[in-house]
Amino acid sequence: MGAGWTGKLKRNGFGWGLILPSLLFLCLFTYYPMLKAAWLSLYEQNLATPEPVFVGLGNYANLLKDPVFLKVFGNNIWFAVGTVPASLGLAFLMALFADKAIKGRAIARLAFFYPNMIPMIAVANIWLFLYTPHFGLFARLAAWIADQPVNLLGTPDTVMGALIVMMIWKEAGYFMIFYLAGMQQIPKDLYEAAAVHGVGTWASIRRITIPLTMPTTLFVAVIAVTNSFKLVDHLWIMTKGGPNHASNLLLYYIYETSFNFYDQGMAAAMTVVMIALLLLISSLQFFGWDRKIHYE
Amino acid sequence: MIKRSKSLLLLLAACFLAIAGCGQSNNQTAGTDGGAAKPQTNASAPEPKETKPVEITFYYPVNVGGPLTKVIDNMAGTFMEKHPDIKVNPVYTGNYGDNTVKIQAGIQAKQPPDVAVMMSTELYGMLDMNAIIPLDDLIAKDADIQMADFYPAFMEDTQSEGKTYSIPFQRSTIVMYYNKEMFKAAGLDPEKPPATWDELVSYAQKLNKDGHAGLEIPGNDDSYWMFQMLARQNASDPKQNIMSSDGKKVMFDTPENVQALQFWLDLSHKHKAMPEGVIDWAAVPTDFIEGKTAMMMHTSGNLTNVKNNAKFDFGVAFPPAQKQFGSPTGGGNLYIFKDTTPEKQAAAWEFVKYMTSPEQAALFSSSSGYVGVRKSAYDTEAMKKYTADFPQALVARDQLQYAFRELSTHNHGKVSTAITNQIQAALAGKTDAAGALKKAQEEADQALAPFNK
Repeated sequence: MGAGWTGKLKRNGFGWGLILPSLLFLCLFTYYPMLKAAWLSLYEQNLATPEPVFVGLGNYANLLKDPVFLKVFGNNIWFAVGTVPASLGLAFLMALFADKAIKGRAIARLAFFYPNMIPMIAVANIWLFLYTPHFGLFARLAAWIADQPVNLLGTPDTVMGALIVMMIWKEAGYFMIFYLAGMQQIPKDLYEAAAVHGVGTWASIRRITIPLTMPTTLFVAVIAVTNSFKLVDHLWIMTKGGPNHASNLLLYYIYETSFNFYDQGMAAAMTVVMIALLLLISSLQFFGWDRKIHYE
Repeated sequence: MIKRSKSLLLLLAACFLAIAGCGQSNNQTAGTDGGAAKPQTNASAPEPKETKPVEITFYYPVNVGGPLTKVIDNMAGTFMEKHPDIKVNPVYTGNYGDNTVKIQAGIQAKQPPDVAVMMSTELYGMLDMNAIIPLDDLIAKDADIQMADFYPAFMEDTQSEGKTYSIPFQRSTIVMYYNKEMFKAAGLDPEKPPATWDELVSYAQKLNKDGHAGLEIPGNDDSYWMFQMLARQNASDPKQNIMSSDGKKVMFDTPENVQALQFWLDLSHKHKAMPEGVIDWAAVPTDFIEGKTAMMMHTSGNLTNVKNNAKFDFGVAFPPAQKQFGSPTGGGNLYIFKDTTPEKQAAAWEFVKYMTSPEQAALFSSSSGYVGVRKSAYDTEAMKKYTADFPQALVARDQLQYAFRELSTHNHGKVSTAITNQIQAALAGKTDAAGALKKAQEEADQALAPFNK
């Protein structure tokens, strides 16, 4: 009995030892801050009340009454709706192309992936330039369509669209890599068999490629949705959430509340809302959609 | 078994090493922050003083184009040559916003910088957080600081309830830059910039052609600054501002202010003299330098940037008047922080005095375009030579008689965001001037309510 116990300890100890470094940092930088945020969200703490006052769920009640928060939350949903399906679809098409292209295959892959090799802030600056009224490329295009100068980032009606286009450009190349890997896992004899039976290209994409890359689609979709709720750097450079909160997203508003308004309690409450949302999205993968997908 | 426990041991050892490594690097960063130096000073207390110089940390932001970090680092360098007993660690912290965030984090961690350049508008926030010390005792004990030499317009926002909390350093006003060559091409006299709102409109309309705009006024970052300017120009009371001097009340939605905002909207929507929508703060100087706009309203802090990069002859003038001239001051002051030792605060004070001395103020002004913060700076040889070659640099100083305090209130983040967003909504055509200011007033009143109890 005793020997078994030490044996078990040794074996489990080895396992724990292996994950200890990651676990340590995960606790330090993920779990502890999450719990701390949940704790802080129960207190009112801002410039007017430097000593924290316990308010229970008061901050959450205030959130529901905060028109800016509701607007930002709505913005974020539109942003996700605008970016996720489009960047997934584009990534799929690009992967098809990069998978099949015989000549210039390396160039195609590089060209599609390169938006992800540039730092976020540099990306934001490039796009800021493209949208600059009068001489930015897209600003000129918009002016040509609208037949008058258009300030794409300075107008509430267009700013979200401008950000969505940029985000799709940036994300699609990244997701393409996953699709490319997924497509290369599909056995070639499936396509050969299909070709022998006279199945066309479109049908074989629909019947073979799409179903067999579903695990990839699910994985990428979850990443894409969470990414659309985590965008902050581009807003900082390009719009600061403006004009009049038209391009403000959840994470940027949390940043603003915490560091511009010094309202720790409200910022913590919003953080908790955001964590809950992200957990919900990821858990859908584990418990819901995952079972319905065909794995080879 | 033995092998396994060995490898387990090894793993554990690796973990501890990693943790120890972290701890060390933490200490190092803390060292540059000036925090870890504290125990050192305590430990060396019994030793003779000369062996260990007092070490202070100095945070500063740069908000305009051009290599200003080099200038400030050099100023800190010459200070240390003159004061071998004080070691200054200058830390460039990004723009004003980033700078405040870093200082804020430092205050909460009880490791603030010893001295920092910070927006003059942070005063009430810092007081609410009990983070800075009043300087009156230091000023009273010191004969050579000569506070009367500083321009009164800059001293206004260093003070609250009879106490002085900061010393002006990196200060500016709004000036109007204009492209003389475009003036000539449009048949306007390049030596006669518009002096009234009516002239501004007619000039800008004449200049708005050939693929460039007549005028640009930035509207995204701190648009309240530009709004304050217009509001003052339209005010019948020469001392009127948009907030009370104790920072507890704002007066946004007065009829005169509505007119002022309406004028801003009219410039683009009605008079077609300016691009529509919200114009980006940082893009405006670039547009001007690249000939995309004939005139711009911007901070005088960009003077050197424009001077070095514009390939055409340009003029600088007061922004035009309606009922009077007017421009808010802007920029940063030097603050000294609590939660450090008296020796450090004394060293920080020496540093503040040096950085704002006439020669240094002249040097800083001529290499940045910021206004020399004190009168005697303009009497130095260096400054005389600089302004003789480049008289445009005197405009911002001459305007100081019409200058007044930038929007500073308690809960400044919320109040300034309220007004900024409503101005943006109006510029974007989502609401009218009166509605925007009414909404901004309501939001600001709510943010200030806890301070008026």
